[in-house]
Amino acid sequence: MFDRDLWREIFQSINMNKTRSLLSGFTVAFAISLFAILFGIVNGLVNTFDTAFVDDASNSIFINSGTTSKASNGLQAGRRIQFRNEDQDWVKEEFDDKVQYITSRKYLNVTASFRNEKNNYTVRAVNPDHQYLENTNVNYGRYVNESDIKNKTKVVVIGRLVEEDLFLKTTAVGKYINLNGIQYKVVGVFSDDGGDNEERLIYMPISTAQQIYGNNDYVDQINLTYNPELDFDAAIGFGNMLEKKLKNRFMVSQNDQRAIRVRNLASETQIVNQMTGGLGVMVLVIGFGTLIAGIVGISNMMIFIVKERTKEIGIRKALGASPKSIVSIILLESILITIIAGFLGLLLGMGILELAKPTLEDFFITNPSVSWTIVNSALFTLILAGAIAGYLPAKKASRIKPIVALRDD
Amino acid sequence: MLKISKLHKSYPIGDSSLHVLKGIDLSVEAGEMVAIMGSSGSGKSTLLNIIGMLDEADEGEYILDNVPIKNLTEKKAAIYRNKFLGFIFQSFNLINYKSALDNVALPLYYQGLKRKERIEKALFHLEKVGLRDWATHLPNELSGGQKQRVAIARALAANPKLLLADEPTGALDTTTSYEIMDFIQSLNDEGKTILMVTHEEDIANMCKRIVRLKDGVIMEDVFVNQVRASQYV
Repeated sequence: MFDRDLWREIFQSINMNKTRSLLSGFTVAFAISLFAILFGIVNGLVNTFDTAFVDDASNSIFINSGTTSKASNGLQAGRRIQFRNEDQDWVKEEFDDKVQYITSRKYLNVTASFRNEKNNYTVRAVNPDHQYLENTNVNYGRYVNESDIKNKTKVVVIGRLVEEDLFLKTTAVGKYINLNGIQYKVVGVFSDDGGDNEERLIYMPISTAQQIYGNNDYVDQINLTYNPELDFDAAIGFGNMLEKKLKNRFMVSQNDQRAIRVRNLASETQIVNQMTGGLGVMVLVIGFGTLIAGIVGISNMMIFIVKERTKEIGIRKALGASPKSIVSIILLESILITIIAGFLGLLLGMGILELAKPTLEDFFITNPSVSWTIVNSALFTLILAGAIAGYLPAKKASRIKPIVALRDD
Repeated sequence: MLKISKLHKSYPIGDSSLHVLKGIDLSVEAGEMVAIMGSSGSGKSTLLNIIGMLDEADEGEYILDNVPIKNLTEKKAAIYRNKFLGFIFQSFNLINYKSALDNVALPLYYQGLKRKERIEKALFHLEKVGLRDWATHLPNELSGGQKQRVAIARALAANPKLLLADEPTGALDTTTSYEIMDFIQSLNDEGKTILMVTHEEDIANMCKRIVRLKDGVIMEDVFVNQVRASQYV
């Protein structure tokens, strides 16, 4: 039903009534660009929250030890608490059904070299479960495994950037790397979403590190993830219970905040989720608000346009225009204006977001973008609303008796 | 050509209603040129509007070119208006954002003619009213007389059976009025049936028949000796 003459009429009408067209187009463009900008900013806030926690599994619990700050059970304050391998095993046994993955960590600072390349790195000596706790992706080779732990093999898994630094353009897997004078075989290369620092780490079996650096079974930190089937309340309860039992095990006062510290990501995740949820509600409110403002604007515009064109409609009817042709000429004109102005507004909004991106990053707004689906459906809603808002006055106008429309004011 | 009998029309005013036409009987033959006269409020414009299908009668019969005009749907009225009638208004009623040519071509558009044909015909009629050189001008670039001539060209474009003119010279000065009347007379000479509402005696006398209305009824219906407008031009 592409009627060239009808479109010619419409383009002429738009072209010859520029002020009217611009005004109604401006309403739509403004609403849509505002929609895109606000939506993008809120999305950027959500992105910031998401990336802040993407590094570690969100069901992680970190257990650290320190020195006691309070006397308890007849022991003085200032006692140093040291975790050992058996403590990890104890946690695993005690909370078997609640623990998903568990690993110990030992930290070392090393100077690593391969041929002429040399640099300082942090070594994390870990158990195999650590891979899942840290969301580590193995790019080549393999990760630390149980057999490494058992045999205390001298192997390492190095970060993508360590490979880049030391092995230049060659493959590291299978080669030997020198850490503080001891040769380790590189068995894997990993990448991590947590950023450059995470990719400049070296992982080795914890048993190897314990034997070579100290010949003991000390660990610096115990990390675990709880069973993901636990809900927030259960997870927080588990964290509290774990802390309580560990304090009993080491004869630490329950009020001692320093000797044993259990950091439960569940509570942090809950806050983040609440924030994201709140932002989501904000997005909805903003979205609907702008859309409604746009719809009201278009409706007003349409009523005004029909009023302004009453006389023209009367003339057209006197010359033999059918009611249908009156409705279609008014409606198609408004839809056309809405579509063109809508897309311009869209580009404007997206453009402003793109330009403001670097500035916005200072305000914790990361990558403030809007999906085309959302914006397009907003635009579609506006067009539909404009069509409905325009249809009623257009229909009414088409029914006006020409004699009424032609009456001299 | 046109036959009206026992036509009634009233308009509601608040709670009561104003009886404007109280039983009009009128018949017009093809080729006639009739002036409908009367003071304001006599119902002359209402009568013309009903004849022009711009308004509907409450009661009575109206037959135009052997077609009874009754219970028209909007769509049908639109078709009849387009096919049978050409309108000339006091205030010209040109569409102000369309050029003279596009204004004249508009009824042809509603007839469904192709663009090329529309432009050809519209130019022909503009030529006829002597405004071919003004085809691309907008109405506000034309003088009152020129506007009315464009409006006449538009009324003629669809080749209607009946030309209806509502005070066609009402907005024009005397000289221009006579020019327009001269042109309308020449159309009548060519055989067009013309019905016009006027309250000016000199204009009415340039028609062939005068129907005088008063308070909604026909007081007088006489054939007169046509005064040719050309002698004043």
